[in-house]
Formats: sequence, C-alpha cells, structure tokens
Amino acid sequence: MSFALTVPAPTETWYLVLGAVLFGIGSVGVLVRRNPLVLLMCVELMLNAVTLSFVALSRSVGSIDGQTAVFFILVVAAAEAVVGLGIIVAILRRRPGVTADDLTELRG
Amino acid sequence: MLDLIWLIPALPLLGFLVMVVFGRRLGDPRAGYFASTMLAGSFVVTVAAFIDLLGTPAEDRSHVVTLFEWLPVGNLQVDMAFLADPLSIAMCLFVTGVGTLIHVYAIGYMHGDPKFSKFFCYLNLFACSMLVLVLGENMLVTFLGWEGVGTCSYLLISFWHTRQSAATAGKKAFITNRVGDWGFMVAMFLAFGAVGSLSFATVNGAAIQGDLAQSTATAIAVMLFVGAVGKSAQLPLYIWLPDAMEGPTPVSALIHAATMVTAGVFLMVRVNPILSVADAWVPTMIAWIGVGTALFAATIAVAQNDIKKVLAYSTVSQLGYMFLAVGTGAYVAAIFHMITHAFFKALLFLGSGSVIHGMHEEQDMRKMGRLYWLMPVTAITFIIGWLAIAGVFPFAGFWSKDEILLFAFADNVALYLVGLLTALLTAYYMTRQVIMVFFGEARWTDKSAEHGAHGDAKPHESPWVMLGPLVVLAVLSTVGGFIQMPFSETTERLGRWLHPVVEPAEGIGEAHIDGSWADEHIFVLAIIALSVAIAGIIAAYLVYQRRRVKAVEPAILENAWYYDQTVTELMGGPGREAFEAAAWFDANVVDGAVVGSGRAVRSAAGGLRRLQNGYVRASAGVISVGVVLLLAWLVIVRGIV
Amino acid sequence: MQLLVFVAATLMVIAGAIGVVVLNQAVHAALGLVLTLFGVAVHFVAMEAHFLAVVQVIVYAGAIVVLIMFVIMLLGIDRTEDLRVEPLPIQRPLAGILGVAIVALLVAAIFAARDSGPLQTGVGLDVEVREPAGAAATVTPDANVKQLSRNLFGDQVFAFELTGVLLVVAVAGTVVMTRRERKPSLRSPATQAASDRSPAGASSLAPEDAT
Repeated sequence: MSFALTVPAPTETWYLVLGAVLFGIGSVGVLVRRNPLVLLMCVELMLNAVTLSFVALSRSVGSIDGQTAVFFILVVAAAEAVVGLGIIVAILRRRPGVTADDLTELRG
Repeated sequence: MLDLIWLIPALPLLGFLVMVVFGRRLGDPRAGYFASTMLAGSFVVTVAAFIDLLGTPAEDRSHVVTLFEWLPVGNLQVDMAFLADPLSIAMCLFVTGVGTLIHVYAIGYMHGDPKFSKFFCYLNLFACSMLVLVLGENMLVTFLGWEGVGTCSYLLISFWHTRQSAATAGKKAFITNRVGDWGFMVAMFLAFGAVGSLSFATVNGAAIQGDLAQSTATAIAVMLFVGAVGKSAQLPLYIWLPDAMEGPTPVSALIHAATMVTAGVFLMVRVNPILSVADAWVPTMIAWIGVGTALFAATIAVAQNDIKKVLAYSTVSQLGYMFLAVGTGAYVAAIFHMITHAFFKALLFLGSGSVIHGMHEEQDMRKMGRLYWLMPVTAITFIIGWLAIAGVFPFAGFWSKDEILLFAFADNVALYLVGLLTALLTAYYMTRQVIMVFFGEARWTDKSAEHGAHGDAKPHESPWVMLGPLVVLAVLSTVGGFIQMPFSETTERLGRWLHPVVEPAEGIGEAHIDGSWADEHIFVLAIIALSVAIAGIIAAYLVYQRRRVKAVEPAILENAWYYDQTVTELMGGPGREAFEAAAWFDANVVDGAVVGSGRAVRSAAGGLRRLQNGYVRASAGVISVGVVLLLAWLVIVRGIV
Repeated sequence: MQLLVFVAATLMVIAGAIGVVVLNQAVHAALGLVLTLFGVAVHFVAMEAHFLAVVQVIVYAGAIVVLIMFVIMLLGIDRTEDLRVEPLPIQRPLAGILGVAIVALLVAAIFAARDSGPLQTGVGLDVEVREPAGAAATVTPDANVKQLSRNLFGDQVFAFELTGVLLVVAVAGTVVMTRRERKPSLRSPATQAASDRSPAGASSLAPEDAT
C-alpha cells in the first residue's frame, strides 16, 4: 500500500532535538536524585545525548570526525564511570547508606 | 697628591675600624697615640694637597676625585666624590690640625678612664665624618658627613652614659640636630627637583648662570639655613650646645668649638651663589638671626658659673658672629673667624679641661680662684685665648672680629651696633671667667687635711701631654690673625686664597665694600672695636677683682632667659597634643584604611561563605544556572552561528 | 520505514530516560538506563554508524551498566530513596525550570542554526569535508569501520594514545582509592602473622564499621 501523504524522513534536526531533550532529562535527574549511583546514571544519560548529537552532526557535515569524537567520549565515559564507582564504593564502605545530601563536609 | 685626598677621611676611618676590633687590646695610652697618628697623617696629606693647590693657577683650583658611583638611580646620579678646592682644603687644614692637637691632649685627659680606647674610636670616627662633610663634592656626601658628625656628637656627649644628665644631653643634641637635618633634606629635594643634580658645582653653576629661579633659590637657601641653625646652634635650636658640655672636655673642644658646629657656616659659604640669587630678605634674616643669637648667648654667659657653660654660650655667640658675616656677604670674614675661633676656642676649652683636671673634676668657678700660681702654663695659655676672644690687638680674634664688624657696618649700622654690644659683653664675661678662675682669692679648700684624701689635694698643673697642645694653640691664636689683614691686597692672604670659591662670578658671592664709608675708615672702626673690648675688660676687672661695683648676675640670665623651660612647656603641652594627634591620625586613618580594607574583604567573604552549604546538588544547581545563562546569551543575545 | 524506526527508538530512549529519573529503586533506574542505551544504539544504526552502535551496546550497556549493577548489589543500596521527600526546597522547582530552559534554548539553537548556511571555514574553524559517511559507503559493509579506523589511527592517533594513558591512570587511581587501609595493629607481630595466614583474617566485602 502506498501512503498518500508523504512520510517525512527524519532529518538531522530531529536527532538533535532528541539529543537536547535527553540532555534536559539527564540534567533534571542530576539535580533531583540523591542516590549516588542513580546520579551517575543520569550523567551517563547526558553523555549519551551528546554522542547522539555528535553522530547526527557528523552525518550531516559529512565528516568522520564526529564519530571519532564519539569514540573518545565513550572511552572517557567508561573511565569516568570506573573512577566514580570507585569513589562511591570507598565512601559507602565507611558510611553505608549515605546519599548525596549527607556528604556535606565541604562547607564554608 | 690631589688624587689622594680620599686619604684624608680614610685614615681616621681606618683608625676607627682598627680600634673597633683591637681597641681594648691597644689600651691606654697606645690607642690614643694610634688615633692621633691617624689624624696627623690626614694633616700631612692635607698639607701636601694644599701645596699642590698652591701650585695650580687660581682658576683651576678645583679638583674632584670620584671614588665610585654611589647612587645611580634613574635621573639621579650621585657619586662618592671629594672636592679639593680652596675652601675645603682650608677647612681640612684646621680640622685635621686642631683635631690632632686635641687627640694628643685627650691622651692625657682621658688617662685612667675605663673606656679609653672607645673614646678614641669615636673621636676618629668623628674626624672621618667631619672630613667627609667638608670634602664632599655633592650635597649627599656632605649630608653623609653631616649625619655622621651628629651621630658621633651623640656618642661622645653621652660618653659617660651612666650619668643620667649625660645621656639626656646626648639625646637632646641628636634630636635637635634632626630638626635641622630635615631642612637640609628638603633643600636637597628642592635642588634635585630644580637642577637635576646634587653636585655643588652643578647647583652653584645653575645659580650663577641664572638657571635657578629666585623662588627656588630662596627655598633652598632657607632650608639649608634651617639645617645650619640646627647644626651650628643658633636661635631657636641652640639648646643642645650648653647641655653638650656633659661630654668630656676634649669633646667639647673638638666638636663644639672647633669643628662640628662650624659645619653650618661652611655649608652656607659653600652655597654662596644660591644665597646671592635668593630673595634679598634671606641674607638679612641670616644676619639678624646670627647677631641676635650672638647677643642672646653673650647675655647668658655673663651669669654662668660652670667653667664650660660660659665657653659653650661663648661658642654660640661667636657662631652668631659667623652667621652675621654670612648674612652680610662677608664670606671670607666668616671663614676667617671660623679659623681663629677654632684656635682660641679650642685653646680655651682645653685650658678649662686642664683646670678641671687640676681641680680634681671641679667645674664650678665659684670654687676656683688664685690658680695662676699653681698652674702657670695653663693660665698663660688661657690668658692668650682670652685676649684673642676679647678682640685685643694683635691676637687673632681682633682681626677676624673686626672684619666682621666692618662688613656689618657697611651693610646696616644697626647690625654693627648689636655686634659691638656683643663684643663688649664678650670681653666682659671672658674677663670675669679669667678672674674668677685664676685670680682673686682662692675659694677652694686644700683637701689634703681631710681623711681619705689621696696624694695631692691641691690643684696641680697638668702633664705635658696636655700642655703641649695648649702651647701650640696659644701660638696659633697669637699669629693666626696675620693671614687676613686688611692693609692691602698682599696681606689679605685668606681672601685671595678663597677668591675662586666666594667670588665665582660678577655680582655673586662676596660683598664688595670698596668705596663705602666703612672701607674708608677701617682704622676708626678698628679703634672703636678695640676700645670696646678694653672697656669690657676694665668693667669686669672692676666688678670682680676690685669689687668696686656690684656684680650683676640676675637669675633670668643664669637660667638662660628660661628658654629651655619654655621649649619644654611648649613641646610638652600643645606640642605633645599635636604629636599625639598626628600619631592618632596615622594609627587610625592611614592604618585604618589599610586594615579596614582587609576587614571589609573578610566580612564580605564571611557573608559569601554561607553560600557554600556543602550540598552537592546545590552546586549542581548553580552550575546548571550558569549553563542556562550562557546558552541564553549565546542563543538570544549573540545569535548562534 | 525510517520514520517508524525513529519513533520506536525515540520512545525507547525517552522512556528509559524518564525511568532513570523517576524510579525509586536503583535497580529499576539501571534497567531504565539500559533501555535508553539500546534506543541510542538503534539510532546509531539508523544513522549508519554501525561500529559505534555495536560499541555502544558492548561497552555502555554491557560493561558500564553491569558495573553499576554490580556495585548496587555489592553495597546493598537498595534502601529506597524516597522521592517524595526533598530536603532542599528549592531544588525541584529549580530543576524543572532549568530543564525546560536547557531544552528550549538548545532547540532554539538548533533551529537557528538550521537556517544559517553551511559552516564557513574561517578563523579557528578548521572543518574539512571528508568523504561523507553515508555517501561514500560503498559496497563493502565495513566501510564505516574503515573510515573510522583511518581517522582514529591516522589523524587522531595522539588523542588515541592519550586516551590510553587516561585509562591506565583511571584504573590505577581507582585501585589506590578503594584499597582498604590496614589499621595499626595492637597485636604482637607473631599473632598478626598468624592472623594474616588464616582465612579468618581476610577482609570481607561487607560494609564494616569504620576503621
């Protein structure tokens, strides 16, 4: 069957908008959640939004550099997750059950 | 030899350094001999330089020896340099000459003092500073010497510092000098600002060329005069000099008679072109302050009973004469009187020291008398000094004082009359002193009968190491006047010698009185001066020896017109309040601004600190706000590219 | 067809994201994250970045999320964080406003940029147009990989090496950070040695009282 209406093909703009929305959701999550691990996950969300944008732009610009950037982002995100989890483990080993709100030593 | 003039201050400096380290080991009396040798060496170098200068033609008698670059700072270029010209070499001659004699004298006077070597250490340092002052090629080197002599004066006045009065006197001298030094410093700033250099040659040259504005020259002259007033003990800063008699007598002789106090006069003569270019009221002021101080001090000396205090006030008075000369443009006369005064005042002081020594440290003249037969050499030399200072022909003082009065008459008869009155008083009080000390009846008791008295309790003559310098100075006081006799051009040796310095150009410097009434009638004025001196002598004789007339010694004179007390009241009362106000201002306003800004920052920081509550999410919130604002600016304001 | 794929993947992404933010339990949030990551991988495939899609799944969903789960289990943080309570009163409204603002501004930026011309190579802008990822995708199925590898090991080799260093540093740092400190022992050396040898002295992984 043929569709009478023309189906719009997703252009790069749609991907960028999706990335923007994902980024927004991620930032809201960072601000709202108290559980440190969920906090980390929200940061991962933001990173994913960025990678999405990069790939979309790489496709529209026509350069492979965007995908290389995504590659690096992925690697750094992995490293960051490792370190972040290490910190969380170190903290929670001493003070089990803390949340982000309880770690308030760095105050003026 | 002129290139070696740096040896002149260097030898006493070497003496000082050696004695700082080895003084105690040298001990009594070798330290004294060493110090005297050093200064004698300076004298020899000075004489050699003098001969060298005589060999050069008159216009070229100005030789600069630069040791090193001292302060090359921006536009200011100050070298450690010495200037050998007629004025400085003349000063060096009598400073080193009289200084050596006093060093030798002090070997005898300070014998037995536990701090013997330290005394000579300071004396040599003083000699070095004075020579640096005199030889200085620029104002800063002279100021270095100026401060040096002030410091040494303090050290030496308070030499017996365990005595409260001595320590206080030393402080008083230093602080009063400091007030004068402020004037000198301001003058230096002005000179540098106007001319760009501190060298005397440059500054004087600018004045001669006419490059120095009259107002600037006036300001510089006045400020330098303030310095001179402090150093040379004129009104109103003379108060330190009578108190400075707390120091040992050689100190009084060297510093407060022959050398340091003359530094002010020297400075004025050195910058005579500036004085010529300044407003006319400046020299007039100098002359009046000089003659006023002379009269003031002479009145006080009439009523003093301490043998050294009389001489101290006498010094103030004679210095007044020198400033009178400077003020009337008689620079040669001022230097002449400085030289003769060095001879006879040093002689008088050393003689009084000999008397004090012989009287076993008794200084009150009311307890002396009839010492002529017990201390003949001292007495005779002292009498020669007395005749010189009174202005009796043919001793040195007659010639120099007469010259000053001559120029004073030519300038303003009122000045002359005041000067003449002072001469009368000078003769009077000096005669009084001689009579009270050496003649009349003996008012001392022979203490040999008292139990516990040691050896000779009768006053005795001093050892030859002390009498030798007295004799030399007596000879100099007798013949010293012959270097400047007003009979003709040839006899005016000092005038010719100093000519390049005091008459650097037409209309600048030395006042010319040829053709004036005074010049025509030199002999008349000389006779008048001589008769005044003799009248003073006779008057004192009648009062004190013959007891024909009652002595007039009112308490107000004895207390120096209560000047000291007035100053104390003033400084203690309103003065102190002014100082405390200044101190309050400094502590609260100036410091307050500095400290206050710190406090403001701290309180602001304290307020801002409370933003840091430690919540991670709050920080995240703030970061996000920043991100949003940034994005907003990029998108809305700039328009994203 | 493409639209359908786009919509499906987008739904996955958004649903997962909202799940991460909203769900109480940490494990549920982790599952939401996995959903999002899969959605993004689908998008990658749709944009013909095949290699990246695979890497995304393997590294992100496979390794990172598993690691997170591992830590959740290890530390037992399943005490639910009560999202109904908010200690900082300003946080929720602020988050809402900021989230909306970010999205709005980014979308505005996107639409503003769409209308402007192609990027001009100017000062500081150093964009070279290479073989477009899609256009030069010739017959070979591994064209994307080839291009990526050529870029990665060619032009960006320096960054690549640095990233390797970064990884080593991260691992070393984490190991140092999470080492359990030996507390100064009050026992005699002999007893300490005996305790070290026996398995009873081995450190347990359960959260213990603070050393």
